Amino acid sequence: MLEAFIEFFRQLADDYPRWNFIFFHEPRQWARIVKGLQYTLVLSIACVIFSVIIGVVGAWLQSSPSKLVRHIVQGYIQFFRNTPPFVQLLFFYFALGQFTPSITGPDGWTEVPIISNVGWAIISLSFFAGAFNVEIFRSGIEAVPESTQEAAEALGFSRLQTYKEIVLPLAFRVSLPALNNNLVNLVKTTTQAIGIAVPELLYQSVSIWSDYPSAQYPTMLLLFISFIVIVGVLVLGMHRWEKAMHIPGYGA
Amino acid sequence: MPTDNWTDSQPIVSIKDVHKSFGDLEVLKGISFDVMKGEVVCIIGPSGSGKSTLIRCINALNDIQKGSIKVEGIEVHDKHLNKLELRKKVGMVFQQYNLFPHKTALENVMMAPIKVLKESPAEVEAKARDLIEKVRLQGKENSYPGELSGGQQQRVAIARSLAMNPDIMLFDEVTAALDPETVKEVLVTIKDLAEDGMTCMLVTHEMGFAKEIADHIYFTDRGVIVEHGPPATFFEQAKDERTKEFLSQIL
Ligand SMILES: Nc1ncnc2c1ncn2[C@@H]1O[C@H](COP(=O)(O)OP(=O)(O)OP(=O)(O)O)[C@@H](O)[C@H]1O
Ligand SMILES: [Mg+2]
Repeated sequence: MLEAFIEFFRQLADDYPRWNFIFFHEPRQWARIVKGLQYTLVLSIACVIFSVIIGVVGAWLQSSPSKLVRHIVQGYIQFFRNTPPFVQLLFFYFALGQFTPSITGPDGWTEVPIISNVGWAIISLSFFAGAFNVEIFRSGIEAVPESTQEAAEALGFSRLQTYKEIVLPLAFRVSLPALNNNLVNLVKTTTQAIGIAVPELLYQSVSIWSDYPSAQYPTMLLLFISFIVIVGVLVLGMHRWEKAMHIPGYGA
Repeated sequence: MPTDNWTDSQPIVSIKDVHKSFGDLEVLKGISFDVMKGEVVCIIGPSGSGKSTLIRCINALNDIQKGSIKVEGIEVHDKHLNKLELRKKVGMVFQQYNLFPHKTALENVMMAPIKVLKESPAEVEAKARDLIEKVRLQGKENSYPGELSGGQQQRVAIARSLAMNPDIMLFDEVTAALDPETVKEVLVTIKDLAEDGMTCMLVTHEMGFAKEIADHIYFTDRGVIVEHGPPATFFEQAKDERTKEFLSQIL
């Protein structure tokens, strides 16, 4: 079965040289794709999680009584929202990366920075998407009526209890569609990590087609299909979640 | 806090010369009156006269600029007020119900005792089911607020307040958002409460109900109490022109 599959694509490449699906009939190229997919998934999952955490915490800080705290959050949002994420990535890696300490690697003589290029990609992309998430959650919080919070206050809830038990659960539901969009963008933006040589899917694809120009079309096709599937799974998951959180008789 | 020396024979709520402003707008201009334990007091008056503001000051949802409000001897107008202690004593029901829309009727009632009073969920649930029955909503325990009528939501809100075992209940025009048929079911619930001896302060436009239930009626206009008295004398022998005009419009 698998033999037939491999043989089919080998034959295809012989008959139509532009359609050399090299990763389907050469194990070393297949391994590159698998590795690339792994990196893409790690980047996506880590950035989704961290950016949502940044969003929740940032939105809470934005309602802080301290003006300084609010200004810092606002400055953070302005910076990350109004500059290109690719430039941010380069800045984090090349500028900030210089100042982070290194440790001696496992071989005993190379210096390895404590934050790898993968680490910087996760940090930079999480902060980028996190800035949008703060705004998304904030508008969700603003949609929770003051009077609902007041009712909690009158029942003796503290500020934190009100945020945790009432405001956040309601704000989250309102925010989900916008959050969905932002996370989809985030997953697609992980391809920019190629700029600092993170061996994710785009990086591997480009490597393959520069080694084997005949594999260019098939590899591009694979890229598109991979992202359609990854984003599709994310969107499906978000919709399931939205449904599960739906409250009968509340909202649209 | 000077709560130890408060006894039943003293007013449970004592309001003295209360002034309250929003910016330059003075809304309460020296309000004073007392409420005894078990009394039912109705506050009536034209829109904008400061009724909601007054009632919100009693459980510290609004602060005041001058004067004193004491609840069971606790000074509400005190920077070091323990708000939680106050709110355990005073329950409040709002015009717009303000239920937690993501919680069922039963969960709405159970939430504060569990989260705020840290009572055991099993005990709280038993108590909450009794309260739901008391406000005649058996069978609606698992409905969400969005699935209930206005009158039903308002009765859940009353049960939610009662779950904290308050000594005083504040009602701010709790039937104003309801259609006429459902007003009655909420009023019956409040009447049951009053008959059980709960101290109640109500802002209301339901004059018939005020007449029937109140021990004392206060008429406010532009931030002052214009006239007051027990329903019999208040409605039959109003002396002040403003009161007469208001009553003639509303009755
Ligand atoms: N948070 C606020 N900020 C500024 N002004 C306020 C605020 N709350 C109330 N007011 C003003 O205070 C005055 C009294 O309002 P209040 O809500 O106490 O009146 P009310 O007697 O309850 O009226 P209604 O019968 O319409 O409910 C009004 O002029 C109102 O505009
Ligand atoms: Mg009012």
